[in-house]
Amino acid sequence: MSGKDWHAYGARLERLAHEQGLRFHPVEFEAVPDSFMMEVAVYGLPVRMPHWSFGVRYLYQLIHRHMGHSRLFEVVFPGNPGHAYLAAGNGPAENLLVTAHVLGHADFSRNNLLFQRCQSQVSDRIVEHAAEHARQIQQAIDTHGFARVEAVLDAALALEQHVDIDQPLRRGRYPGPAQPDRSAPEDAFRRRFAALEPAPAAQSPPARRSAPVPPHPERDLLWFVAQYGPELESWERDIFLAVREESFYFYPVFATQIMNEGWASYWHARLLREADFIPQQAYLDAIKCHSDVVRPAAADQQVALALNPYHLGLSIWEQIVAAQGLDAAFTIRAEDDDFAFIRNYLTRELATDLGLFAYSARDGRVRVLEADIDALREAILAPRYNFGAPTVLVENLAGDGTLELAHDHRVDGRGLDLERGRKVLEYVHRLWRRPVRLRTVDLEGRALEVRAP
Amino acid sequence: MAGTRDIGAGAAGGKWYELFSRGARDWLRHDEKVRAAVRAHLPQAVADGELIGGGARTVRVPVRLLEHYRFRLHPGAPQRGVGQGPVRAGDVFDDPGQATAAGGKGEGGEDDGGVRLLLEFKIDDIVEWLWEEMRLPNLAVRDAAAPDEDWTRQGWDRRGARSRLDRRRTFREMLKRRTAPGAVPTFTDADLRYRQLARRRRPAMRAVVFFLLDVSGSMSARDRQLAKSFFFWTVQGLRREYRTLETVFVAHTTAAWEFAEAEFFQVSGSGGTVASSGFAKVSEIVRERFDPHSWNVFLLYASDGDNALADAHAARAALAHLAAATRFCGYVEVAAGLSRHLDTETGRLFASLAAEGASTASFALAEFDDVWGAIRAFFTAQQRVPGAS
Repeated sequence: MSGKDWHAYGARLERLAHEQGLRFHPVEFEAVPDSFMMEVAVYGLPVRMPHWSFGVRYLYQLIHRHMGHSRLFEVVFPGNPGHAYLAAGNGPAENLLVTAHVLGHADFSRNNLLFQRCQSQVSDRIVEHAAEHARQIQQAIDTHGFARVEAVLDAALALEQHVDIDQPLRRGRYPGPAQPDRSAPEDAFRRRFAALEPAPAAQSPPARRSAPVPPHPERDLLWFVAQYGPELESWERDIFLAVREESFYFYPVFATQIMNEGWASYWHARLLREADFIPQQAYLDAIKCHSDVVRPAAADQQVALALNPYHLGLSIWEQIVAAQGLDAAFTIRAEDDDFAFIRNYLTRELATDLGLFAYSARDGRVRVLEADIDALREAILAPRYNFGAPTVLVENLAGDGTLELAHDHRVDGRGLDLERGRKVLEYVHRLWRRPVRLRTVDLEGRALEVRAP
Repeated sequence: MAGTRDIGAGAAGGKWYELFSRGARDWLRHDEKVRAAVRAHLPQAVADGELIGGGARTVRVPVRLLEHYRFRLHPGAPQRGVGQGPVRAGDVFDDPGQATAAGGKGEGGEDDGGVRLLLEFKIDDIVEWLWEEMRLPNLAVRDAAAPDEDWTRQGWDRRGARSRLDRRRTFREMLKRRTAPGAVPTFTDADLRYRQLARRRRPAMRAVVFFLLDVSGSMSARDRQLAKSFFFWTVQGLRREYRTLETVFVAHTTAAWEFAEAEFFQVSGSGGTVASSGFAKVSEIVRERFDPHSWNVFLLYASDGDNALADAHAARAALAHLAAATRFCGYVEVAAGLSRHLDTETGRLFASLAAEGASTASFALAEFDDVWGAIRAFFTAQQRVPGAS
């Protein structure tokens, strides 16, 4: 099968997908060398700002690849049009599978409400936006020097996960102090109150000049630093907001990983099965590739301490379609994220069939826990809360400009890693330029404070 | 339905990403940062390396990859997760990942996975970066025995080897001759000046440095590393300044032994501390091989400061005896992680010696990063006032 064949089959696969009920924006496919595939996977976007931490991830990817651990077939970027990069090293049959897989993703990202909400904020041209950010940052490097820009990126990327996607992407400062409502409605109580001995005016406390900032604990650290950094320069603010915009884009990808990969896997299997126009041999090759991709983390009677999201998601989707039909599946793909998906549709029977277990590990010794289905679901979801990051909130902006952060250890169940916390505060302090503090607890639950400087 | 399609067109066409790798660019930046970090903490990094004293001219420093820090929960114990496989509640087994943990595990590569870089530094480069000019304190002329002879530059001549032509002098001669301003300068043979050398006797400044190390049981492995690191860099730096420097390496517990340099940096011991044994050993070597009348004798002593109480008098006497024969006695107190401010048995011993007017100095060494400070404290003061501390 040649590239020309792929063109023909690709178009027919799209038609078939449409007949089956998938709805997606057009997708631009591009075959790229493996090296570029790897970079796209490392950076998360085809063109993205430079930072040394990506270099570290790049090295890990290189090592992984050389050890034969991972192979990337495709990377898709949702949008209108979507962008799909296929590895130039893919065989023709693999490309058939990958095309069908990409169509599944394209349908998911167009119809899932979480994707829709974030895309309506970020626009559906994130790939272009990110390239524009990279260009802006290159300009900042030319103007302000590499070291200063790197310091900003150190801080902004360290806080990458700390955004509040329930707030709008373009979000102004908190509203100013509300004017106290002086014209209280007349009622029986007020009349009686007024009839009492009038209080001397001097005793009323002086009116507060300004509302406290933030008025409530603030989750969006990137936004808060950008808006309230006492001495932040405008180009530094722009970098923070650029990183924040990319985080808004990444969030739905993160929060629907199991569903999304499962959905794409379900559809590549189904489309290939129904595509009677594909030659027998190509179909067999593609299905072989499919079974490699959705292989459980623990194949061949082995035990693995990790899950393959493709396998888990596919299994749940197959069960949903079998039990409730395709229409119900379409509704679920539109309305849920991984939290709802796992809680509602990972049944006890399925978990047993898949051999899922919760464990605790200490010093290389693993103990399988007694866990009912609820505990198991929560164990799967635990690392997925809050963009995978601890709950750190802005508690107060003190009068002297000190930034006071608090870690909500009750939500997370334990305290922060202190050394890392201190390092992050050091990054932030370089831009905040006033003291930065963070409250958390130690392993025994005693209150602790980390500071920079 | 679909937009433009490049698939199947192959990778031809010279896309930008074939000419430029962002991953490699950011990786190089990471490398630069690692090198800078290692440079900033060289004594530590080098002390952790396997090298010290091996005579190799390079140091290999294994370093971890840098981590871009983020807020993370305390790893906690035990760690929890979800796995997959044929097991039952209550089963206990070894982490299958650890058995084969040759590389990174998990997704995203956040784990370090045991990856290490091996950076190689030239020792000469390191010394070059970090060294200020080092001077042995109180170096004095020792005129006995064989005085040094050396070639010294002495004056100029109109004849000489081509390689010794002094261009500046020659030019100056030409200018002197030139009369009219603006005349085109020309050289004549008469302008040429050559540097002359003469064999000359130099006053002998022979010096021997004793490195005395406490290797008793109370010195932790880290204390010893710290002391050896200090000695190692001191030796490197001094050798660079003084081409003919004698060094003697002595280690002591309750008794003392002399070691060859390479062995000295590997030595470890156990048992109690009798400092006087070390001082006596040094005195003995001085008496036998380094007559103080023809040698500048220096002593550097490293210890954690815990000397046996019963040895107090003997140590004081032995040190006083030794101090009389030396130009300078330096004391480095190693207490990894602690700063005891020299408030120890041995610390007080040196303090009282200083009070009596001997030329000595003390330095408390708690961190690897203090090593340079210690070296500077001992060797950069040009002339040390006796008794300064």
